[in-house]
Amino acid sequence: MSMVDTLRELGKRDEVFPFLQQAAPSPALDTRHGPILYVEGVTKSFDGFRALDDLTLYIDDGELRCLIGPNGAGKTTLMDVLTGKTRPDTGQAWFGQRLNLLELPEHVIAQSGIGRKFQKPTVFEQLTVFENLELAMHASRGLWTSLRWRLDGEQQDRIDEVLALISLTEQAYAPAGVLSHGQKQWLEIGSLLMQNPRLLLVDEPVAGMTGQETEKTAELLTSLAGKHSVVVVEHDMDFVRSIARTVSVLHQGSVLAEGSMDEIQSDARVREVYLGE
Amino acid sequence: MRGLSWKGAILWGLLMVPAVVVANTDDMSADERAEKLAEQQKNQTQTRTEGLSGEAASIVERLATDDWQAINDVVEDLEALAAPETLPVLQALSDRRLYFDERGRVLIEDPATGEYSDALTGETAEVSPENLSQPTLTNAIRRGIRPLIGQLQLFSDDVATRRAGAEELADRPRPEMLGRLQELRAEESNPEVLRLLNIAIARLQLDASDPEERLEAVEVIAEVRSARMKSELETLMETDAQGDPVEPDAAVREAARDALEVIEARQRTARFLGDLVYGLSMGSVLLLAALGLAIIFGLMRVINMAHGELLMIGAYTTFMVQNLFAVMAPQWFSFYLLAAIPAAFVVTALVGILMERGVIRFLYARPLETLLATWGISLILMQTTRVIFGAQNVRVASPEWFSGSVQLMQGVSLSTSRVGVIAFAFFVVALVWFVMNRTRLGLEVRAVMQNREMAAALGVSANRVDMWTFGAGAGVAGLGGVALSQIVNVGPELGQNYIVDSFMVVVLGGVGNILGSVFSALGLGVFSKFLEPVAGAVLAKILLFVAIIVFIQWRPQGIFALKGRAGDDD
Amino acid sequence: MLMRQPFVMRLARLHSGFGWAVVLLLAAFALVVVPLLNQFLTPDSALYIPDWLVTLTGRFLCLALVALALDLIWGYTGILSLGHGAFFALGGYVMGMHLTHNRMEAGTIPNFIQFLGRDDWPWFWVPFQSFWFTAVMVFLVPGALALVFGFFAFRSRVRGVYFAIITQALTFASMLFFYRTETGFGGNTGLTDFRELLGFSVREADTRLVLFMLSAVAVLLSYLLCRYIVTSKLGRVLVAIRDAESRVRFTGYNPLRYKLFVWTVSAMLCGLAGALYVPQTGVINPGEMAPANSIEMAVWVALGGRGTLVGALVGAGTVNGLKTWITAAYPDLWLFVLGGLFIAVTLFLPKGVMGLREQITGRSKQ
Repeated sequence: MSMVDTLRELGKRDEVFPFLQQAAPSPALDTRHGPILYVEGVTKSFDGFRALDDLTLYIDDGELRCLIGPNGAGKTTLMDVLTGKTRPDTGQAWFGQRLNLLELPEHVIAQSGIGRKFQKPTVFEQLTVFENLELAMHASRGLWTSLRWRLDGEQQDRIDEVLALISLTEQAYAPAGVLSHGQKQWLEIGSLLMQNPRLLLVDEPVAGMTGQETEKTAELLTSLAGKHSVVVVEHDMDFVRSIARTVSVLHQGSVLAEGSMDEIQSDARVREVYLGE
Repeated sequence: MRGLSWKGAILWGLLMVPAVVVANTDDMSADERAEKLAEQQKNQTQTRTEGLSGEAASIVERLATDDWQAINDVVEDLEALAAPETLPVLQALSDRRLYFDERGRVLIEDPATGEYSDALTGETAEVSPENLSQPTLTNAIRRGIRPLIGQLQLFSDDVATRRAGAEELADRPRPEMLGRLQELRAEESNPEVLRLLNIAIARLQLDASDPEERLEAVEVIAEVRSARMKSELETLMETDAQGDPVEPDAAVREAARDALEVIEARQRTARFLGDLVYGLSMGSVLLLAALGLAIIFGLMRVINMAHGELLMIGAYTTFMVQNLFAVMAPQWFSFYLLAAIPAAFVVTALVGILMERGVIRFLYARPLETLLATWGISLILMQTTRVIFGAQNVRVASPEWFSGSVQLMQGVSLSTSRVGVIAFAFFVVALVWFVMNRTRLGLEVRAVMQNREMAAALGVSANRVDMWTFGAGAGVAGLGGVALSQIVNVGPELGQNYIVDSFMVVVLGGVGNILGSVFSALGLGVFSKFLEPVAGAVLAKILLFVAIIVFIQWRPQGIFALKGRAGDDD
Repeated sequence: MLMRQPFVMRLARLHSGFGWAVVLLLAAFALVVVPLLNQFLTPDSALYIPDWLVTLTGRFLCLALVALALDLIWGYTGILSLGHGAFFALGGYVMGMHLTHNRMEAGTIPNFIQFLGRDDWPWFWVPFQSFWFTAVMVFLVPGALALVFGFFAFRSRVRGVYFAIITQALTFASMLFFYRTETGFGGNTGLTDFRELLGFSVREADTRLVLFMLSAVAVLLSYLLCRYIVTSKLGRVLVAIRDAESRVRFTGYNPLRYKLFVWTVSAMLCGLAGALYVPQTGVINPGEMAPANSIEMAVWVALGGRGTLVGALVGAGTVNGLKTWITAAYPDLWLFVLGGLFIAVTLFLPKGVMGLREQITGRSKQ
């Protein structure tokens, strides 16, 4: 770009100067080799307790993967590692070919396309449902842009669309704190959708939901697969069976078995772990 | 809230009764009396003679005069006589406690009781103060009396008295005493007194004309490594206006140089050791101030801004106990400090429990609000104290056994209270450790703090445990108050000076970790003591704060981090 | 992308029509009615506003500005600062340094600098001769301290009560620093005996009136700035940080930047307040940095109601009004009242005066 162009760029009054915009999340997500997520040999111990023990796991682009395992198997710790909340003692975790998840802070990981739904639903209780979705919307996370931010029509439509999808249109202007447990779960899933991540990490999405809501969630998650990669942690076996193509069983911090639901259910080691047989 | 007003009123009422009673029983207020008692116990000088006879009596009799020349003669005669039994008379004369009345009786006043005794018989004498007059003294006479007292004290059987005498002579020996000092040196058995005598003799011998004697003196000085002779040795090394050395003899100069080196090395060690112990003592004060906070903040995550006021209440309780002893049981006065320890614990624990029941328990889920509410409590406690006891500092007198000084090594002595505080801090830490790890209450406390629901399911009443934990933490703060009362001024603002420091100790040590608080308090104390000469006291403190903030960058959990998933913030 | 609209439109939306009417009414009262009543009425008139009242109100306005700044950081972002007294006093010291220059004749220096064994101004005093430099520094000095301190504190994720304690240590350390005579700011006497500002005598009633009006303008503009911030998406991110900071992080926002931004803005507003306060009181000393002062600021906001901005203004006015009255009439009672206020507000008025209606209706619903 010539200097004149640069100056012209700076002179435009209808745009924020490029250098004022926060570095956009790296578009360099490279999944040409198949997997979108590489976890290799990750170990993490807390005071001698090995929450993750040499865990290795690959998730393909567009895959829907279920993680199951007894309590303390390391499912939540794995999510913490992938989202930058916890740093493992050893091991590797890459998002695509280029993004080293172990070196990036949480917000950069989120910006680069990993969305997370917590086990215990966390929404911004003092903000309205609409505002919750607005904040999650995929857009620049910069300070100045947020100071001057206005929604355009298209974005407005997108929020309305998601509101309808998660059945919260009526509560759009109510504070999120007054929602029921199930509604908060939905709102959190809605926020994930607004973020439009490449990889969704979903921790116990149907806890506290009615049968009908559970069904709807299953439908939603399956429809996301393909465009997005989805990793679901869930205890509800019926739910897992209804959505799962591939299931990984975690036990004592590492992958015990991997395969289709039927294969898993017939695996002797899994039965031992789960049923104590 | 309901309980706070009337329960608080009753509590303060109970506390006030003895205060008011004590203050009005006598023309002397209770704290004045306490101070006198402490003074009296500290002052071991004999306040009356055991009766004088013969030559001593006839000399002392001549003190009943206004003529300073005559007094000068008396002092000279007493010096020639060198009779130890005249010691009380000389001390009284030196302290201006010696009187004579119209009948020519020589009388000695007892500073503590205000009684008079006859110097010749040693018996209590009834006198009317308006008839008393004092012998005239000149400064020259007074200066002459002190070495004389020192010399006479050297004949005493009591080691402490001999040491006091030797101390005086080591500083101000008089040349005519040289012979007698050498005799005494030959008989002395106590090493410390011997050392002081040697210094006195060496000091005199340095002026001798014989180089052999001077050399001997320098060697003695090198042997006892006394810092107080340093300037004399330095004088020996100097040269006069013509460029000639002050000391003509080269061997003496050489010996003096060696002696100086030895003394300086000794001084460095002494200073280091002194700073270390002093720093540990400062750290112990910090620790005692912060320990209660470490319990309350660490275990309950309650920010108690009224913590400083709990210290203050502990110190005021000590003051009250002192006054009670002064009035009710003067003979036990020296033990009031021991009685103050449980009293302060109980009183502050009660105040703490009232705070917890009245305000804090409604705010457990809201830590920032607890901070503000306890700040409000602290203002009220401070102002209440001001209304009851006045805005001025009150006088807390250390008992005799706690007010002297302890010699750690030659040249390093610290006040007993400074050293005592270290011991007391360790006692309190041991107590807390014992309660937390070896008692049922400690077990329940740890259970509730780790998992409320689980503990409740096991039948532990979390509510009750909260109350007792807070009470115990407040009580420990009270113990800190007892220690502070012996070291710093006791006033309504006492606590305000410690609140920020205490929080720094806890944050630095790692929240919830009492051992961490111990290390951080002692570390801060020693560190700031060693930083002070370099940076100045205030700048040292500022640097420490900056260091803590930087340190928290590096280890947000404090020195001793409790690792684990429970440490999560969400 | 961002939809562009004129800035004026965005400003107009800060308030409803009624809200704007109230704001303009108050502004008109402070900037037109008060000066008129002060200047053109005689002291025997019932509506006359005496000079002392103008000065007192001017000072209150400065404190209200502090409350506003504290509400921005505590009420909206959930970060309780017990160190805002330091920023306030820093702004005051900056202005005090300029005023000290003004009172000295050319070539002379104040006594407290002479005592340090110097016969000229130290380097850090020299530029404050210029009013415009001072005016910039009023913002930059507290802002820079806040930026550095905030960066380290927020980066290591110190927050909640820990942050409160550390800020308390900050103001305590600053106080000790300014108490030192060798620091060169007049030690415990501080800076005082001010004479003139921009050629006007700061002791004249007319200058005081102008200072009052300037304070009113400062409060008005700062209020609008705060309102602008909290009604933007940035404001919603702040509230989100208050509610669930880690969630904000996993949504892709970097809370550090947001917190640092409001923290620094808040400190700068405090600096402005201090700079306006000092010529109206005539003295600045390290006592302003005492931790107790900063905590008292928190009760202004808590009493008025956190996260409302207006509440902060109301609370600051109420508490300081009470303080002026009680410390004069019943000096022994003031600390009981203040202490009681702290307890009562936290126990019974968690949402402050502004939330009282909501609290009552909320209860009756249950």
